[in-house]
Amino acid sequence: MENRSFYNEILTEHNMRPDYKHDIENPDYELEGVNPSCGDDIILKLKVDDNGIITDGAFTGDGCAISQASADIMLGIIIGKSKDEALKYGDIFFRMIKGEATEDEIDSLEEASVLRDISHMPARVKAHPGGDVRG
Amino acid sequence: MPDYKKDFPLLVKEPTIYLDNAATSQKPECVLEAEKGFYVNHNANPLRGFYPLSMEATDIYENARKKVQQFINAKSEREIIFTRNTTESINLVAYSYGLSNIKKGDEIVVSIMEHHSNMLPWQMVARNTGAELKYLECEADGSVSEETIEKVITDKTKLVACGHVSNVLGRVNPIDKIIKRAHDYGAVVVIDAAQSAPHMGIDVSAMDADFLAFSGHKMFGPMGIGVLYGKEKLLNAMPPFLTGGEMIESVTREGAKYAELPHKFEAGTVNAAGAAGLAAAIDFIEKIGFDVMEEREAALTAMAMEGLKAIPHVKILGSENPSEHTGIITFVIDDVHPHDVSAILEADGIDVRAGHHCAQPLLAHLGVRSATRASIMYYNTEEEIKALIDSAATVRKRMGYGE
Repeated sequence: MENRSFYNEILTEHNMRPDYKHDIENPDYELEGVNPSCGDDIILKLKVDDNGIITDGAFTGDGCAISQASADIMLGIIIGKSKDEALKYGDIFFRMIKGEATEDEIDSLEEASVLRDISHMPARVKAHPGGDVRG
Repeated sequence: MPDYKKDFPLLVKEPTIYLDNAATSQKPECVLEAEKGFYVNHNANPLRGFYPLSMEATDIYENARKKVQQFINAKSEREIIFTRNTTESINLVAYSYGLSNIKKGDEIVVSIMEHHSNMLPWQMVARNTGAELKYLECEADGSVSEETIEKVITDKTKLVACGHVSNVLGRVNPIDKIIKRAHDYGAVVVIDAAQSAPHMGIDVSAMDADFLAFSGHKMFGPMGIGVLYGKEKLLNAMPPFLTGGEMIESVTREGAKYAELPHKFEAGTVNAAGAAGLAAAIDFIEKIGFDVMEEREAALTAMAMEGLKAIPHVKILGSENPSEHTGIITFVIDDVHPHDVSAILEADGIDVRAGHHCAQPLLAHLGVRSATRASIMYYNTEEEIKALIDSAATVRKRMGYGE
């Protein structure tokens, strides 16, 4: 029985004290991700301006630490970026958790790179509602 | 204490602490041998050929049925239908009995504690017939009061569906009272015995259930073999569920004359090897004895509950009393998602289940989104329960919280 942090501390911190877990009014995009195996439910809301820039984003709902932290970290990365850039990060993220991204690509994900280890947890990759983060 | 694990090849080979017994039990050597032995020594399509091998296969299959009949004290072998599992057994009753006997204006009563497999079929029947679905509610400790039973089961009730033991709370439901009340108003009762059949003797005649379903795989048998018990009078009057091979007497261009019970409800090639395995599982249970199993499970459950209750921020769902849990301990830890709880337990070599346990309406009723469940079988040990308690005690710290 170990007593050290079970997950990476960055992940644990985002799970306990998320920056973007709240509601926003009048979002341009609203996406719901459901994990049928546990009944978890995450709702992602995004505001996108006329130039296709994501100006604000937030999430609500319930899920495991990995789902909460990944939603929070990815929002931190994509807010202020264009829709295309966000989709590119989303694609790298997905390839990373499947163990298919290059080291350079993983580095480009900054804090989200701490989630690379879940590629060793097949049940989590499948269950992971990170599809929300794609925008 | 005897080493009960020695009968289970997987438990001998794997160092894992298996506490997901309510999902499926491990299988003893004798069950594996019986299933394999069917294919090695007696494989032919039962109930079809007249050559010796097919007769042997038929005998094995029908002897398994006899064994099940005696195991649950049914009056006749014709009352024992083999299915794939509890879910299929209940669906058989819903499609065959439900759709032909329930009408608009009737009421179906389902307990809020039901596994989705004893709830969705009745939602289907209500939708298709225009009947109203009513829920038999339980208290936070899982108890169901006589008053609640009397209020919800009335002269409008045509069918009541209730679990013998909840797969989340582990509590034995007052099915005697529910059956009595339902029968007073002419309603039939469907009992889901998936969680009780592995842990306690069932006497369908004394219970007076109209239908009762359980799965082989939760009671040391193989996956893919389940049982539906039904009163002969009811089964006789019901139309077939599935049609096709092996369930007919004669077929013409226009139609068919269906076979007698129980074969009317067993369309297609049957799972004879699974039935052989289930028969071996029943022999195995009778050899160990429910009394021995229940005593061990009660002691381990009491130990687990006492240990978990002493951990700050851990809450156990259902009764405070370990004797009302049938080895099932479902718990939540404040601020930690059950998937993270199970990931941590898993890292310590402990197999538990996390999620909604196919009982979302019950969890919603109890105000819980999801939970972690440890479920005990007599072959578990004190050391394993201690490991569960020790690991659970570290969860909050390892998730970054203080004590």
